[in-house]
Amino acid sequence: MKIHEFQAKQILRQAGVAVPRSIVARSSDEAAKAYRDLGGPLAVVKAQIHAGGRGKGALKTNPQQRGVQLVRSAEEAARVAGNLLGQPLVTLQTGPEGQTVRQVLVEEGCDIARELYLGIVVDRASRSPVLIASPSGGMNIEVVAAKTPELIFTEPFHPDSGLQSYQVRKLCKNLNLTGASVRSADKFMRDLCRLFVAHDCSLVEINPLVVTGKGELLALDAKMSFDDNALFRHKELGQLRDVDEEEPTEVRAAAAGLSYVKLDGNIACLVNGAGLAMSTMDLIKLHGGEPANFLDVGGGANVEQVTEAFRILLSDKNVKAVLVNIFGGIMRCTTIATALVEAYTSVGFDVPLVVRLEGTEVAEGRRILKESVANIVSAEGLTDAAKKVVAAAA
Amino acid sequence: MSILVNRDTRVICQGITGKVGEFHTRGCLEYGTKMVGGVTPGKAGESVAGLPVFDTISEAFEKTGANASMIFVPPAFAADAILEAIDAGIQVICAITEGVPVLDMARVYPILKQSKSVLIGPNCPGVITPEECKIGIMPGYIHKKGAVGVMSRSGTLTYEAVWQLTTLGLGQSTCVGLGGDPIVGTSQVDLLAMFEKDPATEAILLIGEIGGTAEEEAAAFAKQHVTKPVAAFIAGRTAPPGKRMGHAGAIISGGKGTAADKIAALEAAGIEVAESPADMGEAVKRAIAKKRR
Repeated sequence: MKIHEFQAKQILRQAGVAVPRSIVARSSDEAAKAYRDLGGPLAVVKAQIHAGGRGKGALKTNPQQRGVQLVRSAEEAARVAGNLLGQPLVTLQTGPEGQTVRQVLVEEGCDIARELYLGIVVDRASRSPVLIASPSGGMNIEVVAAKTPELIFTEPFHPDSGLQSYQVRKLCKNLNLTGASVRSADKFMRDLCRLFVAHDCSLVEINPLVVTGKGELLALDAKMSFDDNALFRHKELGQLRDVDEEEPTEVRAAAAGLSYVKLDGNIACLVNGAGLAMSTMDLIKLHGGEPANFLDVGGGANVEQVTEAFRILLSDKNVKAVLVNIFGGIMRCTTIATALVEAYTSVGFDVPLVVRLEGTEVAEGRRILKESVANIVSAEGLTDAAKKVVAAAA
Repeated sequence: MSILVNRDTRVICQGITGKVGEFHTRGCLEYGTKMVGGVTPGKAGESVAGLPVFDTISEAFEKTGANASMIFVPPAFAADAILEAIDAGIQVICAITEGVPVLDMARVYPILKQSKSVLIGPNCPGVITPEECKIGIMPGYIHKKGAVGVMSRSGTLTYEAVWQLTTLGLGQSTCVGLGGDPIVGTSQVDLLAMFEKDPATEAILLIGEIGGTAEEEAAAFAKQHVTKPVAAFIAGRTAPPGKRMGHAGAIISGGKGTAADKIAALEAAGIEVAESPADMGEAVKRAIAKKRR
C-alpha cells in the first residue's frame, strides 16, 4: 500500500526523523494561510499524488505548471495551488491521462548545501532489509545504479537489532559527511531503519536527503509504502489509504478477493493461480494477441467470485474476447464448469468466451460447459486456447 | 531415491485442526503419505483424521518420530510455527501459508540457515515424491514416478508443467514448489545442487517468474556445477514494470527481474528455455536429447 508524501512525513516526524515544516492545503485559501503560518519568505507548493516524478511532471491542461514550485508570497502560493488542485498531473509514472491533484503540501524553504539519496527496501539477495545510500541525490536512483553503480552504497541490517552505528560511519565516509553531519546521520539513518521495521514498510525513500548549511540532515522528499501482508498488525495505517489514487477496477477486484491488474490489450483472461495467470498473458502475446489484464481467481473460484471477475473483465470496454484458463487440481473441473455456466448466464456476455479446462474430472467439466451454453468455445490445451481467443478478438 | 521426502518420511501437520489443514491432511493420507500427527496449541488429546493432536512440536516429535512438517497456520503465526519446527529439529518444513509478512521471513532466515532444517515456502504448494510422499496441496494423481526433478515458484503453473511431463511419459523424481514470496527458505540454487546429487534425477525443469535475480543465480550455478540436462520456463514476459503480479515476489523493479534478463541468463548457461507455457514438457525432452548428442 502506497501513501502520500505528507502522510509519510507525518510518520517520519513522529519517529523523530527531521523533516521541514509543512502544511497540507486543499484550496487556494488554505495554501495562502499555510504560507503565512510557515512565515516565508520562501516556500514550496508540492502536488500530492502517489506517482513520482512530480517536479518534472506538468499539468495535462496547462503544461507551464509543474507539480512542484517555489513560491515567495501568499498570493503566489494561492495561485499555484489553484492551478494544481483538481487538475490531472502527468508524470513519467502516471501514464498519459495523469492523476488528479486533490491536495498540495506547502512546505518551508530550506538551506540546501548538498543533496543525497537514502532508501530502504527488503533485499532478496541478502534476505534482509537494506539501507541504500548515494551521494547522487535528487536523481532517479535507478538511473544512478545503472550508470554509476560505484556511487551506490548498501548496508543490510537485521529487523530487530537494526542498523548499527559503525554502518552509519561507513556510509558517512562514502557520502563524504563529516563533523556534525555524522552525528546527525547516526540519528537520522538509525531512526529511519527502526521506522521501516516498526511499520512493516516495503519501501522508504528519501530523495533528496538534504544536508543543510549547518550540516544537519533533513528529509526533503519522502516516499513510503507498506507490506500488504503485514497490514493486519497496523490497523492505524489502513486509514492512510487513498483509494482515489488506485485503479477503480483493481480496488473492486481486491474487495472480491481477486488479484487483478489492468493492462492495455483487448483479450481478457481469468485464470487460477498467479504463475499460470502470468503465463496465460504471455501465451496470448505469443500468439499475436494483447492481454487486457492479469486476473488470478485463486484456488477457490466459487460462483460469486467468477461472476464478479467476469463483470470486472467486461467493464473494460477494450475487451473483445475472454479466455478462461483453469487447471483444476484440488478444485474439480466439474465445480468450476458449473460456476462458469452460472456466472456466464447471469452476467450476460456480449463478447466471445473461450474456456480451457484441464485437471480433475475434466471430461465431465467440458460436457457441462458444452451442454449448458452453446456460445462457449471449448479449447483443448493451451496453444489451442490461445489461437481460438486471438482469432475471436480479431 | 529422490530429494527431501520419500516413503519413509513421517509428517505432522501444524494447524491440523483448521478446515484447510484437516482437508489437506486427509488428501496426503489418501495419497499414501505417512502422516503421523498434528499440532494445534491448546488442542492436545483431540484426534483429526485418525491422527493424534499435540500442543507442541517437541511433543509430537517425541511421540511420533516425525521428521517433516506441513504448515497451514494463519499468516500472523506462520513465522512462529516455522521457528518452532526448526527448534524441534524437524528436517523438512513445508510452509503452505500464503501472506506471511516479509520482515517475519527476514527474522526466520538467519535462524534457519544456522539449523539443519530445510524450509520450503512459504506461499507454496509443497513437495511431492510421486508414489511415495506428498506434503502439500498439489493434486497427487497428475504426477508419475520418474526421473525429472521439478522446481517452481508457482502453484498451478507447476501442475500444468507436471501434467505435460506425465502426458509425455516423463515421470518425476521430486517436485518442489519454492513459493512465490520475496524471501523463501530454499532457493533454486539449493535445489539444483540437490537434484544434481540425486541419482534418481536425470533431468531438471526449472519454472521461474519475474522479480528478483534467483533465476540468474540459478543459471550461473547450473553452468558451473550441473551436469544433468536442465530446461526452464519464465512466466511474466508481458508483465508491466512496477506492478505486483499476484505473488508478492512477482514484481519488476528498477529494471531488474525482467523475464528477458532471466531468459538470456538461462540460455547463456546452455539451458533449454521453453518459449510457450504449452512447451514446458517438450523443452525437457529437447534438453535430454541435446545432452545425449
